[in-house]
Amino acid sequence: MYSNFELDVLKEIGNIGAGNAATALSIIISEKVLIKIPEVIILPFNEVIDVMKDPEGFVTGIFFRIEGELESNCVLIIPEKETKNLLKLLLKEDVKDLLTLNDMEQSALKEVGNILVSSFVSALSDFTKLNLKISVPSLALDMAAAILSFPLTIYGIMGDTALLLSTEFYGDSDGVLIDFYLIPDDDKSFKKLLKAIGVDIFDDDTSWNR
Amino acid sequence: MIRVGIGEFKSAKAPAVISTLGLGSCVGICLWDEFTKVGGLAHIMLPDSNLSTTNNFNPGKFADTAIPLLIYDMEELGANRKRIIAKIAGGAQMFEIKSQMEMMKIGKRNVEAVRKALSQFNIKIVAEDVEGNFGRSIEFNCDTGLLTVKSVGRGIKII
Repeated sequence: MYSNFELDVLKEIGNIGAGNAATALSIIISEKVLIKIPEVIILPFNEVIDVMKDPEGFVTGIFFRIEGELESNCVLIIPEKETKNLLKLLLKEDVKDLLTLNDMEQSALKEVGNILVSSFVSALSDFTKLNLKISVPSLALDMAAAILSFPLTIYGIMGDTALLLSTEFYGDSDGVLIDFYLIPDDDKSFKKLLKAIGVDIFDDDTSWNR
Repeated sequence: MIRVGIGEFKSAKAPAVISTLGLGSCVGICLWDEFTKVGGLAHIMLPDSNLSTTNNFNPGKFADTAIPLLIYDMEELGANRKRIIAKIAGGAQMFEIKSQMEMMKIGKRNVEAVRKALSQFNIKIVAEDVEGNFGRSIEFNCDTGLLTVKSVGRGIKII
């Protein structure tokens, strides 16, 4: 299990990454972007769906694989209404049906994801001096729970408990809302983050699985 | 309505309806004994418990460990494994990812593992809605044995 101190440090790391990402997002959409304080969510898998705002909601999911000195997965979840708003801000067009997006609309969404995640990860990398690289973005327009469960599955090889660093980005009008999740491949990944910034870990390696 | 979470399995008798939300690469396995109207649903995440890096794990997560346990659970409620049939859904690949990691194609592997585990118990899959690239929510009716599959923008399918 993580100590409260370690959890606070992880949240602060999330804050630094998210701050950078919010600035980058704000520039492309020409709107102020605010962030909620990041949360570290540690829950048994069967309870994960219950903490989601609308598990069956129709959302845009943008997935990234992070590799290098920290193996993890990143997912952005943008609700249907906010996806349409975002496309309006970026392309000045009204999109009626997200299931029939054209290439331009899809790549605009991927680009938003790319800017957000790469600025998050580069802040993380500067701060921790860990060498990190991100994959190209991958897009899915689908049920929120189905999208989030995919990166959790990879974490499931190691533990029975889901671990996510979650941050919410929102605009100053109500048109922008993006949930950001960073999910490590295993608990060693987050421990590596802590170690990289000099937090001493007295790890008995029994991990914190319940 | 009985809700099954990720990595869980539950069994019940008619008129119960058992459901699970947001199957992406996960597979929902519905088992049914028509005679006693005992049904069961497992929501597995991963194909094989050999993947586990720990010895002490939740058996509901893996196809090979969840299926036998669900069968025992149903037998407790009076089901006979010789009569049990199966319907399965899920196992999608939600994202196109170019990665060296085999795990990125987990949906298909989950479906294969479910087929294998069911065949070991001689359980026949009578209906399925698997793979593809979209998520599914399912509801299994223990009275009728019908499986309702809901997905975004594709309407409702009853199998």
